[in-house]
Amino acid sequence: MFRRLSRWAVAAPVALVIAGLSGCGSGEPATSSASTSAAAAAKEVNVFAAASLTETFTELGRTFETAHPGTTVKFNFGSSATLAQQIVQGAPADVFAAASPATMKTVTDASPASGPTTFVRNKLEIAVPKDNPAKVDELKDLTDPKVKVALCAEQVPCGAAAVKALEAAGLKVTPVTLEQDVKATLTKVELGEVDAALVYATDVIASAGKVQGIDFPEADKAINDYPIATLSKAPAGDLAKQFADLVLSQQGQDVLTRAGFQSP
Amino acid sequence: MSSSNDPDTSGAGAAAGRGVAGRPPWMLVLPAVAGLAFLVLPLAGLLVRAPWSTLLQRLAEPQVLEALRLSLLCATAATAVCVLLGVPLAWLLARVEFPGRRVARALVTVPLVLPPVVGGVALLLVLGRRGLAGQWLESAFGITLPFTTAGVVVAEAFVAMPFLVISVEGALRGADRRFEEAAATLGASRWTVFRRVTLPLVMPGVVAGAVLCWARALGEFGATITFAGNFPGTTRTMPLAVYLALETEPEAAVVLSLVLLTVSVVILACLRDRWVNSP
Repeated sequence: MFRRLSRWAVAAPVALVIAGLSGCGSGEPATSSASTSAAAAAKEVNVFAAASLTETFTELGRTFETAHPGTTVKFNFGSSATLAQQIVQGAPADVFAAASPATMKTVTDASPASGPTTFVRNKLEIAVPKDNPAKVDELKDLTDPKVKVALCAEQVPCGAAAVKALEAAGLKVTPVTLEQDVKATLTKVELGEVDAALVYATDVIASAGKVQGIDFPEADKAINDYPIATLSKAPAGDLAKQFADLVLSQQGQDVLTRAGFQSP
Repeated sequence: MSSSNDPDTSGAGAAAGRGVAGRPPWMLVLPAVAGLAFLVLPLAGLLVRAPWSTLLQRLAEPQVLEALRLSLLCATAATAVCVLLGVPLAWLLARVEFPGRRVARALVTVPLVLPPVVGGVALLLVLGRRGLAGQWLESAFGITLPFTTAGVVVAEAFVAMPFLVISVEGALRGADRRFEEAAATLGASRWTVFRRVTLPLVMPGVVAGAVLCWARALGEFGATITFAGNFPGTTRTMPLAVYLALETEPEAAVVLSLVLLTVSVVILACLRDRWVNSP
């Protein structure tokens, strides 16, 4: 009895560790034959994409899965800068779609990749809560100290674009917060915690009416190019290329422009 | 870490072990060593990868010092809030019979297991500018908590308070009630008894709880970035600075992490002795 218990004491943690490791590996339920591991890996493509691509890429992912039965597209959405660091540190990415060439460069400098190709461009807008409590209607209004403004941190692409646009306009804005990605910035507007924020035009459309977008002329001086690349070390090389092709195809461009992106 | 107690405890443990079952069974030692390695190796990794040659220079950067100053200030203020509110709360839970006490005790510990980001969202919905209480705070007093240093203190206190309450409540339950009863028989009011007898009796528990609370507040990230935002000098504490540094300059993130790690280890090492020695 005692021996059996002690054996369990070892077996349980070991089993847990094995289960955990296999869970991290392919994400597929373990199949019977040992030779399927390569095939299983090829049936899955890991796409790391900027937070601002969340809606469009999710849709394209579904399109891709329908066109390639048995394939799963897995997304990791977040700040491009964070994703770039994760890839450099060895995260298993097959495709990387960044919100700026600078973050893409971090990745392509560290590991070989094919591409990068610019697939869309995005423009900033002023986002204000639906009722626009601070009566913001142009970029200059953000300099009023009574207006609470959220910007993206300068380290992430939407923040870099905001700095460029404000510089082009010759304005100095003191934000109350520097958020870690564009979605977090938008949330602060949606909740009404800030009176205005600079986010991408696409995010305003994606918020489905929860925030109001205001165009401003200086946004043209801070347009972000979005590059996409397939990583050469990608375990699912062919699928990765096919996914990137879908994004660059007319069908992909239609989905993206409908969401407010501009074609390059 | 704390080596002062190790010689006698390990000696006593080994002697007792030999007396009962001989050598320690490998089925226990092996997973134990694996567990230890799992917990310690990441910290060792931080030490190995630290850019030692430029360490001092990086630490002296104004943004780093600013974040460190803000972290220390906010963690201390949050601890003060926790002591002021948490000690009476612990006393209530330990000494007063009231309906729903078990539920209250469970609720008090919820922030301990709640993902801090969820805590931040909850705080935003209640204390934010459009929140249930926040709306009223703004219209009546013109106070808004998000994006202020006070907001950081609130977020940290929310996450850290359970540590203090648990520690003090445990001490209260372990304390000898006879001293309090004697004081009461001698004519002391309940407040006097609490102040002059109970509090000194559980002081080690209060101190241990406060230190733990402080350490937790110092490391708070999720609730802070969600509720208080991130702006240098106002709300960007060390953990937030680490997160942002990781976006562009991983080496700086390592340096900042090292500072937080050092502070945590020193705090916990000092506290360990207190835990061992106090009832």
